[in-house]
Amino acid sequence: MRYLTIVALLVSLAACNDRDEMKEYSITITNLTHNQPFSPVAGVLHAAGFKAWQTGEVASDALEKLAEGGDASGLLAMQQDSPQYHAAAPLFAGETMTFQLMADSDEQDRLTLATMLINTNDAFSGINAMELDVMGHGHTQVVYGYALDAGTEANTELAGSIPGPADGGEGYNPERNDVTSKVTNHGGVVSQQDGHMDSVLSESHRFDGPVMRVEIKRL
Amino acid sequence: MKTKLIAAVLTGLFSSTSFAQDLSISLTNLSHGNHFTPVLVAAHATQQHMYQLGEAASSSLQAMAEGGDISYLSTDFQALAADLVSNPAAGLMAPGQTVQFEMTTRHDNNRLSIVAMILPTNDGFVGVDSLSIPKKRGRYEYFLNGYDAGTEVNDEIINGAGAPGAPGIPADPLGANGSNASGAAQSENNQGVHVHRGVLGDTDVNGGISDLDSRVHRWINPVARLIIEVK
Repeated sequence: MRYLTIVALLVSLAACNDRDEMKEYSITITNLTHNQPFSPVAGVLHAAGFKAWQTGEVASDALEKLAEGGDASGLLAMQQDSPQYHAAAPLFAGETMTFQLMADSDEQDRLTLATMLINTNDAFSGINAMELDVMGHGHTQVVYGYALDAGTEANTELAGSIPGPADGGEGYNPERNDVTSKVTNHGGVVSQQDGHMDSVLSESHRFDGPVMRVEIKRL
Repeated sequence: MKTKLIAAVLTGLFSSTSFAQDLSISLTNLSHGNHFTPVLVAAHATQQHMYQLGEAASSSLQAMAEGGDISYLSTDFQALAADLVSNPAAGLMAPGQTVQFEMTTRHDNNRLSIVAMILPTNDGFVGVDSLSIPKKRGRYEYFLNGYDAGTEVNDEIINGAGAPGAPGIPADPLGANGSNASGAAQSENNQGVHVHRGVLGDTDVNGGISDLDSRVHRWINPVARLIIEVK
């Protein structure tokens, strides 16, 4: 009888542990571009229902501020009660960074990452509300982020319109003047060498395919 | 005995290759500066194709890729007893737009093909050919590339031409195009269906080599997201 009680206790403890254990993730990001520094990367663990952007939808003001000026603080403020990370410095081409996020609750099982490709008018990349609840301890996943266009600023590539080191021009401007006013994939930059004679960008700023590698490990 | 009978019936149902599937499909135009013309979706038998990479396009595919006309492909696949969904978006699909629709496949129609012209291009299209439809219930995501039908020179001249064999591009639904271009290409080096090399464009609205705008009409693959939900 006593033996049975102990077994029952152990079972309930184990169940308890499983339910209350902290889920912590290590997130490693690599900038895969040739010459597109990433603005300070933002990351947040959040519950279902939050999407920082959706293809085909108009960008929020917070997303516009990220995509045009590299400032992710508005996006993070939308999830201010969720565990979040905001890098202190840009992530340059070829560089890799790692940070950790720990969930406060079981509901915070989605990951969103966002950053601007700062030598563009309004290109950004990230991971959009990726579900992490399938990951067990020690499990690692690798996903790739593509370049997206916020649809908030025309891709003029003109001097004075790009905040990154290629230009040192304007970042966020509330005016919306893109020919497509929705979030879509980005068509790439043209650059001066590829026929846009007024472009402040050089061939080195072009990109293709995935721009960001993300490795997520559950600790 | 009763249990055994049910089990036998169930086994018979699931081992058969001819049971119907209910699918919920969504297709998203991921491009920033290109529309899709009316989409054609067909569930068909294993050995059938809408196009094949490296092979010459059929005249029906050519009509779709050069002018957005899906009526010939539709007739072809009706004759093959395919299940068809024709023009689910009821017209053009704008950049970023998603169309969502249901379809029931029957008989041996276990492959899915989808095509739509990418506008403005000479003979570019988004597509997937003879994709094996998953059998297990679930949500499956695919990314589709832009292809070149290989039937028309990519001169990038917008002149209203959409008939098969007629050089030129019908129109730019965004209205971001130029005019009076001299032509971005003079020959079609690969006359089979192949991965589209993208458009060149230029920034000259009153001439130059292309009537397309390099800042607007270029794309990076993939150009579409396809989600198949098997019910």
